[in-house]
Amino acid sequence: MGQIEWAMWANEQALASGLILLAGGIVGVAGQFRGWEFAAYGVAAGVFVCLLEYPRGKRMSKGTNMERTGQRCLTICVKAFGPVTRNYYVRAVLHAILSVPGGFILPTVLGCVCLGIASLIYLAAAIRGEQWEPILPQTVTKERIGQSIKQPPQNPPPRPPVDVRRKRTDDAEGAAYVNPIPVTASES
Amino acid sequence: MGNWIVNHGLSVFILVIWMGINIFLFLYYYFFYDLGDQYVYTRHLLGSALAWARAPAAVLNFNCMLILLPVCRNLLSLVRGSFVCCGRSMRKQLDKNLTFHKLTAYMIALMTAVHIIAHLLNLEWLNNSRQGEYDTLSTELSELGDVPDESFLNPIRSNNTTPTYVAFTTIAGLTGVIITLAFILMITSSMEVIRRSFYEVFWYTHHLFIIFFAGLVFHGAGRIVRQQTEDSMLLHKTAVCSNQSLYWGKIEECPIPQFKGGEPGTWKWVLGPMFLYLCERVLRFIRYLQKVTYRKIVIHPSNVLELQLTKPGFHMEVGQYVFLNCPSVSQLEWHPFTLTSAPEEDFMSVHIRSVGDWTRGLISQLENLPEGAQGPRMAVDGPFGTASEDVFDYEVSMLVGCGIGVTPFASILKSIWYKFKESNPKLRTRKIFFCWVCRETHAFEWFADLLQVLEKQMEERGMKDFLTYKLFLTGWDHSHAAHAMVHFDKDTDIITGLKQKTHYGRPNWDKEFEEIRKENPTSVVGVFLCGPQSLAKTLEQKCVKYSDVDPRKVKFYFNKENF
Repeated sequence: MGQIEWAMWANEQALASGLILLAGGIVGVAGQFRGWEFAAYGVAAGVFVCLLEYPRGKRMSKGTNMERTGQRCLTICVKAFGPVTRNYYVRAVLHAILSVPGGFILPTVLGCVCLGIASLIYLAAAIRGEQWEPILPQTVTKERIGQSIKQPPQNPPPRPPVDVRRKRTDDAEGAAYVNPIPVTASES
Repeated sequence: MGNWIVNHGLSVFILVIWMGINIFLFLYYYFFYDLGDQYVYTRHLLGSALAWARAPAAVLNFNCMLILLPVCRNLLSLVRGSFVCCGRSMRKQLDKNLTFHKLTAYMIALMTAVHIIAHLLNLEWLNNSRQGEYDTLSTELSELGDVPDESFLNPIRSNNTTPTYVAFTTIAGLTGVIITLAFILMITSSMEVIRRSFYEVFWYTHHLFIIFFAGLVFHGAGRIVRQQTEDSMLLHKTAVCSNQSLYWGKIEECPIPQFKGGEPGTWKWVLGPMFLYLCERVLRFIRYLQKVTYRKIVIHPSNVLELQLTKPGFHMEVGQYVFLNCPSVSQLEWHPFTLTSAPEEDFMSVHIRSVGDWTRGLISQLENLPEGAQGPRMAVDGPFGTASEDVFDYEVSMLVGCGIGVTPFASILKSIWYKFKESNPKLRTRKIFFCWVCRETHAFEWFADLLQVLEKQMEERGMKDFLTYKLFLTGWDHSHAAHAMVHFDKDTDIITGLKQKTHYGRPNWDKEFEEIRKENPTSVVGVFLCGPQSLAKTLEQKCVKYSDVDPRKVKFYFNKENF
């Protein structure tokens, strides 16, 4: 945790704007408002923004990543665009441009202004050097078999950890364990 | 089912009442506007969108009134104090203040959406009527008020305008847009992710509530929703006249109808809570001016800072929290911290972990302090009460702390120690189970000395089984395990130096509850958690599962600290 990551807020704001734009667009189209073509645009833009913003990015600093429910699939899609979706400058400009036609009719005005604000927050995030990183399931690293397992055990059980069982060469008597039979590495 | 009622009954009851009032208000105002005779002509222009806009408005008034109350913390303390007689389940509801705050916020969001959509349709249709796109009656109604001595019905007074222009030039439209924007920003910045990790963003953005309430009070001032006046309704009968609009004023039974704007009502709802909240802030400002002195500053391992402060006239209860403000770190920010000192001590202490900009700033300032100097100026607001005050009321208390969430229990355990020393009769508790779930080993360190002292004390008094505690280390690896195996025979734990051995991995709650139930078959057990939501859910379910419907048998009550 620590440093404020503006992109996190920008993401929430943009997702909300997408929904508001979509809702406004639906009202405009369903009510056949004057200039409902812009409302139709609002529906399209709203859906697009929602799809783009639904997968939450990874936090820059250490901390818990909170995925949205079922974002995994969209994460992969958004990740596929590479630097275009990773760079927050691109998002800031994109949202700014997308918001403009929303201002022409009343139902989409609110979505337009919200998206504009989201664009500004993204700009702040971009200036501070943040970028979108996908949250992907951590690849479980297969535990490699330790070197010691190739050697036969030197001591009979119970076997305490290494630092305790190390024999002191100068004090052979005080050594904790004496092997009853000599053990050698298997030849085969 | 019985268990469920015992544990959730009252909160569900409160929710049902709240929801009932909401539904009643919605339906009442819906039918008021949908059936009222004074709105016949308004409805002709707007259709059912009139009722769909006004009914949510009534619900919005109600919820905007409620939303400020749960954050009036001093008021809640006052109420809590006066509820002492009414039992703990009533007082427990007051700890869910923030849940209720969120719930009303969601209701406001939903109703705002309906209200806005309805008004979008209204504006569009009013504009269309004005431009003569509908039937004669609509056009005639819209043209009323163009000559003197007539009062208008359609608030759009120009033939060539757009709904957007109207929305941004009327009081209702402009304030509506502004307060909706403020509300949206408040909601997006108070999402869990932001609130938990970037408290400053949440804190500052949430102060848009000032704009929200200011706009809300003036939102209805334009009186844009209009109705036929009573006098006019006596002379001009809509049933007769509505289909001869061209002859209005020319025939005797149909004079020109007169209209007036609806009385703005929102301010009546919200002014009271706004005043209460203002009092809270004034009180906070007074406390800001009061002098606080440092008694001791300790920096514990794993970046935990302990501040011991004294303030004249300060009195606390166990498990309460305070808001701290350090002007040299930030002038405006107040951050909540749980008190870790006991009421019996003559100072207050807080443990602050370095997590964000504010806490890091504070710690770095105190680290660079010259030897023996006083720390930077500090202001304390509080204390405010939470559930742990009730710990001593339960026969058996089960305390579960996660990571830094152990802080409220520090206060409780200390206080128990003091109460023991004085053999305080107020102490009803016979037994305490204390579970601490923690991810890192060194986090145990700063709290362990307290437990050690307690352990010794209890042993000396022969009260060994009064306090049972278990420590769970969730983040461990093989070297820990190996280390523990070596020292298996030792009397004290290798990490904490306590008699109780640290457990590795997460607790098995079923086992823990079963054990407690077996040991205390007839007790009332209070379960107290300070930790994450997911654990709260698990514990709440377990409480229900292991409670007995039989009033004489064991019963678990769940309490949660919330921040």
